[in-house]
Amino acid sequence: MKVKVLSRNPDDYVRETKLDIQRVPRNYDPSLHPFEVCREYTRALNATKLERVFAKPFLASLDGHRDGVNCMAKHTKSLSTLLSGSCDGEVKLWNLSKHECVRTLQAHEGFVRGMVVRYCGTSFFTVGDDKTIKQWKMEAPSYGEGEEPLNTILGKTVYTGIDHHQKEGVFATCGQQVDIWDEQRSTPIRSFTWGVDSFSSVRFNPVETELLGSCASDRSIVLYDMRESAPLKKVIMTMRSNTLCWNPMEAYYFTCANEDYNLYTYDMRFLEKPVLVHMDHVSAVLDVDYSPTGKEFVSASFDKTIRIFAKDSGHSREVYHTKRMQHVICIKWSADNKYILSGSDEMNIRLWKANAAEKLGVLSPREREAVNYSQKLKEKFQHYPQIRRISHHRHLPKNVFHQSKELRIMKEARRRKERNVRKHSKPGSVPVVSEKEKHVVTVVK
Amino acid sequence: MATPGEASVNDSHVGKNKQTPGRYWQEPQQVGKNQNKDGEQALKDLQHKEQTTHTTKKRKQEEDRGDGKKFISGKSDPFPGPAPVPADRVQKFKRKDKTKKPGRQQYKLRDVITRSNNSSEIAQNQAAQFDLLLPEEAGFLEGDEDEDTCMISQEDIAEAVDITSGAKYFNLKLSQFGPYRLDYSKTGRHLLLGGRRGHIACLDWQSKQLMCEINVMESINDVKWLHSESMYAVAQKKWLYIYDSSGIELHCIRKFNDVLRMQFLPYHFLLATASATSFLQYLDVTVGKEVAAICTKTGRLDVMCQNPQNAIIHLGHPNGTVTLWSPNQKEALIKMLCHQGGVRSVTVDKTGTYMVTSGMDKKLKVYDIRAFKPLKSYFLPAGASCLSLSQRGLLSAATGDVVQVYKDVWSTPVTKPYMAHRVRGTAWGLHFCPFEDVLGVGHGDGFTSMLIPGAGEPNFDGLDSNPYRSAKQRQEWEVKALLEKIQPELINLDPAELGRVDRATFEQRHQDRVQALGYDPLAKEKFVPKYKKKGRSSAGAVERRKKQVAHEDQRDEIRKTVEDKIKMEKERKDTEKQKVALHSQKSALDRFNK
Repeated sequence: MKVKVLSRNPDDYVRETKLDIQRVPRNYDPSLHPFEVCREYTRALNATKLERVFAKPFLASLDGHRDGVNCMAKHTKSLSTLLSGSCDGEVKLWNLSKHECVRTLQAHEGFVRGMVVRYCGTSFFTVGDDKTIKQWKMEAPSYGEGEEPLNTILGKTVYTGIDHHQKEGVFATCGQQVDIWDEQRSTPIRSFTWGVDSFSSVRFNPVETELLGSCASDRSIVLYDMRESAPLKKVIMTMRSNTLCWNPMEAYYFTCANEDYNLYTYDMRFLEKPVLVHMDHVSAVLDVDYSPTGKEFVSASFDKTIRIFAKDSGHSREVYHTKRMQHVICIKWSADNKYILSGSDEMNIRLWKANAAEKLGVLSPREREAVNYSQKLKEKFQHYPQIRRISHHRHLPKNVFHQSKELRIMKEARRRKERNVRKHSKPGSVPVVSEKEKHVVTVVK
Repeated sequence: MATPGEASVNDSHVGKNKQTPGRYWQEPQQVGKNQNKDGEQALKDLQHKEQTTHTTKKRKQEEDRGDGKKFISGKSDPFPGPAPVPADRVQKFKRKDKTKKPGRQQYKLRDVITRSNNSSEIAQNQAAQFDLLLPEEAGFLEGDEDEDTCMISQEDIAEAVDITSGAKYFNLKLSQFGPYRLDYSKTGRHLLLGGRRGHIACLDWQSKQLMCEINVMESINDVKWLHSESMYAVAQKKWLYIYDSSGIELHCIRKFNDVLRMQFLPYHFLLATASATSFLQYLDVTVGKEVAAICTKTGRLDVMCQNPQNAIIHLGHPNGTVTLWSPNQKEALIKMLCHQGGVRSVTVDKTGTYMVTSGMDKKLKVYDIRAFKPLKSYFLPAGASCLSLSQRGLLSAATGDVVQVYKDVWSTPVTKPYMAHRVRGTAWGLHFCPFEDVLGVGHGDGFTSMLIPGAGEPNFDGLDSNPYRSAKQRQEWEVKALLEKIQPELINLDPAELGRVDRATFEQRHQDRVQALGYDPLAKEKFVPKYKKKGRSSAGAVERRKKQVAHEDQRDEIRKTVEDKIKMEKERKDTEKQKVALHSQKSALDRFNK
């Protein structure tokens, strides 16, 4: 007779001392783990619920400005530094990790219209309503010295925006026309006009560094090459665009914030029709900024909300609002992809998390693993109705909620009418115009 | 760095018989030597150096052969490439077939599917490789030549094996309150005994430590552990009671009366009870609420088991049918006629593939419950009153006071039992202990723990049910298990259905869309006639106008089909004409016709 009976040595399964961690022998045999899918689903549901529980995006409010915040600039070298300009001509430098203002200077009389930090991070430029461009040192003046600009350029007209070249000592301003300036000279090295009276924003392309885009008040977006004497091309839309921002990773895409409540992502090479229309805001969109990864962007709107969009989805994944935040004028996505900064009418700058439910600070390896696992589960089960309902639900301010409902009704009415018109006219005489095509009037080269 | 003098000293000690292996610091040492010693030594060194350079060159050549193999010691790797994984083990961890890739048009989806296919393949291989490293192996029992394993007595086995295993064969003589029902906890550490005449005992059966012993002074129909060893349910004469492990009555649940049999669904935290009043009831033990009460309308329910793969309850009835139930449906999911005469016992195996039933017709039948087909039928002269299946698929059947264990009942026709044992008094309850080679038998004279080699799963999963867990680990496990408690709505015949793509019909999807949008985007608006003046909007006129547009879509369709028909007819005629034309052409051979 040969016999063997299961006989386990407990020492192999129990920890030796109390200082050890417990032993957990595994066996991945599927028959020992029944209900795999159901349990994963339950875990995903729990993870989704917890995500909504932990979604507390608001971090801090930086107050100190004595008028509405009109423009902001990220420091190119330091993550914790932010610059902001207000409507009374004051510029403040903030230390974000300490949530405090480190320096204040009276830069202009009237609005500070635009500001930008030089690529080396040692100085910054401001433009204001007093028709001047000023260059300032990043360091605070030493004891006994006054706040004096390094350089001041007196212009003929008001400047409304400024952007600096990525690598060279060249910057661009916009106002009555788009000017390209050499830092050493007091007159522009090039001026572009295309029969327009004013521009609202100008941005350098971060990859093709000689290219520029600008938004004009005649509802057009104009593209320039700095090396040429004339603008490249422009697209005219049904409503005016306020600002534009280039995608830092795929720099042939740019997104513009439009007055018609939408954002439009264009491919620079094919302006005939936007790549995508991003809808959800219920009032004019005032500012837009891409995340450094180029996968998402954030927009600020006159409807007192901030929305985050994935670059390839037509609707926002997130909306931020507080009771006290008024019209959001300017928005920035921090260079470490973790925070969002918004400047609004009621003189405050707000610091938000880019990912509302994210835990800040250092995560232990097990914590990190658990986060990754639940993230994957949420992704896997995202289309299940119960999970989708929970993850998509956002509380909205009453007016935004009603406004969006109204807009939906209006849109549906228009669609119905169009359908009826098409039905009662000669087949083919009323063509179907897609949402993307609706908003482009023409492209001029 | 060694100075020349030191080098010479070293040399006298080391460099006698053995050539020490080359070290990185030897080069300067040799230089020192060269300075000290005469030309002959230098020559020797030179030769040596030449040799070494030669060998290195050779090695380099070998390396450069370019067959992709790496050499560390100069020898070729006897096991090149990644370690092979046996195909049957990979098959064991295969969840489903690979998803078919879409065309190049859907390049994003294609990319996603490719990636997920790859990662699942990696996971499958890793699990299969890990399977080779599992520490324990299953038990077995082999007789000598012309010795039947069923003739080997329990005493012999207990003597042959080691002391700790031998101690797992024992009898508890409890003749006063018998016969006994029993239940092992999910980890297999704890045993619960319930005597017909009211005696309850729960014990850590391996260390023989008694946790509590009470008498409820009432008849007991069944006992069952709940999710852990801290609580158990007892079906008493009238009502269902829940006690904790120290014997304190926690609840008396009066909604559950005359319960005869119970099953606990561990992942759903549901206690399913079958009563004499033909009610199947589900109790959610986390919140203490009745989830479902189903009147089965089939009389007294005293045969019950669960399918551990999909949490479906199987009930056996006196008319020979076995019915399958879920808490979501008031009707039986499946009704199977299994026996002529009543069903005495039902059991389902761990993988949820096979069901074994025994009936009053003294037959033992094996069914495939995925296909609902009978596989094997055996005739037992005495008929089996209780059945139980072990984790590795051994079947134990109690016939009167003899407990028989069968092996491979579904794959090969069985002629004789694997093991047999006679207990004192009629067997009343049978239960294989999870993760141990032990079968517990409750009978008229107490309890017998038998050794059945090869019954238990050798390797347990520490996160699922760990027999060696500490109190802290149990608490942690309890919290996690409660967090991922599966809702009773998810119980259905195929639990993996939740993970599959629901290729709903267009209609269903459309309904969902209507619900989401709040209106039907494809709905036809009802025709509302315009109001016209001068009496032209009288009721009759309105009706007439309505009639003009009534069934417009139907008319459109009819018009279309009629047009199509005409077109088809025309085409048919054309082809016929062509055929006729072809036939009418005379060939040269036609003159030989007729």
